Amino acid sequence: MTDRLPGFSTLAVHAGAQPDPTTGARATPIYQTTSFVFNDADHAASLFGLQAFGNIYTRIGNPTNAVLEERVAALEGGTAALAVASGHAAQLVVLQQLLRPGDEIIAARKLYGGSINQFTHAFKAFGWNVAWADPDEIESFERAVTPHTKAIFIESIANPAGSITDIEAIAAVARKAGVPLIVDNTLASPYLIKPIDHGADIVVHSLTKFLGGHGNSLGGIIVDAGTFDWSKDNKYPMLSEPRPEYHGIRIQETFGNFAFAIACRVLGLRDLGPALSPFNAFMILTGIETLPLRMQKHCDNAKAVAEFLSTHPAVSAVNYAGLPGDKYNALLRKYAPKGAGAVFTFSLKGGYDAGVNLVSNLKLFSHLANVGDTRSLVIHPASTTHSQLDDAAKVKSGAAPEVVRLSIGIEDKEDLIADLDQALRA
Amino acid sequence: MNHDAYDDNYIRSILNNVKSIAMVGASPVNVRPSYFAFKYLAQRGYDMIPVNPGHVGKALMGKPFVASLADIDRPIDMIDIFRNSSHIMPVVEEALKLSPLPKVIWMQLGARDDAAAEKAEAAGLKVVMNRCPKIEYGRLSSEISWMGVNSRTLSSKRAPIPTQGMRLSLNRTSFGGGQTAASDRAAKNKTETT
Repeated sequence: MTDRLPGFSTLAVHAGAQPDPTTGARATPIYQTTSFVFNDADHAASLFGLQAFGNIYTRIGNPTNAVLEERVAALEGGTAALAVASGHAAQLVVLQQLLRPGDEIIAARKLYGGSINQFTHAFKAFGWNVAWADPDEIESFERAVTPHTKAIFIESIANPAGSITDIEAIAAVARKAGVPLIVDNTLASPYLIKPIDHGADIVVHSLTKFLGGHGNSLGGIIVDAGTFDWSKDNKYPMLSEPRPEYHGIRIQETFGNFAFAIACRVLGLRDLGPALSPFNAFMILTGIETLPLRMQKHCDNAKAVAEFLSTHPAVSAVNYAGLPGDKYNALLRKYAPKGAGAVFTFSLKGGYDAGVNLVSNLKLFSHLANVGDTRSLVIHPASTTHSQLDDAAKVKSGAAPEVVRLSIGIEDKEDLIADLDQALRA
Repeated sequence: MNHDAYDDNYIRSILNNVKSIAMVGASPVNVRPSYFAFKYLAQRGYDMIPVNPGHVGKALMGKPFVASLADIDRPIDMIDIFRNSSHIMPVVEEALKLSPLPKVIWMQLGARDDAAAEKAEAAGLKVVMNRCPKIEYGRLSSEISWMGVNSRTLSSKRAPIPTQGMRLSLNRTSFGGGQTAASDRAAKNKTETT
């Protein structure tokens, strides 16, 4: 008998979560504890030596967080996952496994502004160098490859303009270079795009956005696709070499196709420390149960709002891949036929000042630095998230002075359109 | 028999029915994967026999090493081969000379020899390749979920409380879970190119 394969919505509700063995609780309990007792000295030694599966300390793992990890791994089609405190923490922990001082990462120029800052400044201080490439020009990734390149990093749907990345084309560059492709899938969520199906080796998320979905809990996650051979060229000693932290264990040899997730846990999270609170894990898990319903509504609302703005006299341009004439529409039909997400930008004829005015005149849209909330959000990137970039970099990353970014919520679309209309007229 | 993707029920029935397991290539060094798997399976109640001619005279968790399968003094249900793909065939040929025959040939994660598998299957044995019994046991009992691993199972049934030395809930029926097709394809490509 062949096992039946469950659909996405079934996984969103069930994956990772079985009734609690101790109490029978059906909802996932919040294991709000720092530590877990050992059965005896040998059990403790087995756990510390990575010989047994089990819980030691919440900085390394927690049963509530483990449900979240398995659920996102299942939704993305990965072998395992590791939840951490934020999307930024996920990126830090991933790159710590891959890069040594003097190594390089090639990153798409169109990224969340916070990621651009993290890569440009914080990681540079570790001796991790970034080479920027243009996701609209695949050859720019090929040209950036050097003997020091250890990974390629892109967003599936890219911040802030909601552009669609040709994941398969960039995956081919990564394969040729012998390095893993890391895809930040935050803005798409696995409901719209599953990067692993298109060649990603590692997927990261800010769970804070659509997966959690309610703007109430920070979190990040790393998903291991189980596709990359870390031992092939000895380029990744954290996975291929005997680890002195664990008496000489080789992580890939011991953990096979989920070795990367284990390395992130036992070498990254354990030693860097950005653990996710079990309470946040519970909130995010609850959010994920309705991800398919919310994400479709987000997309449908966003398309209606983008259509409205595209005909508005105060608006000079709308960047939304879901509009038929958009330059990313062909890639959208290939990668995300269910919808173009809910984050996009548009440009005002009135420039920087019109952007500032619009934000202050809106009554339903909240002015804040987040996306992927049930509520509709607005921000003027040039004066906020991307303000630390110089003018040329602002334009290149899609955050020119006249640009406003929206994150469309799940309210009634007529109310969102009415709010934008009155604010644009005011 | 499709050796690229096994049904959970196939693996579950093997792990539920075998009692004695000879591990060829078992290591007494406590950071080797074979040591991990040996200890884990012994703690789950399997009668484990370490086979390694380099360590005869020593013991692994109190079980004396034997030099070869022929030196084992009792019937064995399963042979878990912790050797590279190129060393599989001689072990399978040796196994097929045993009387009574073992029921299962299991090749460890990373090891695959389709010709050896065919030979064993022709003699009526079940074969698993490129899998780890510790990982599969952990996966089907959901114990591995504690490490954030995709167990690829779903269940609405309450599991027994896990304690050391007892069999976990392999007998629960479970619904297939999330797939890891990309990883399966990568493993297949790797074995085909090596």
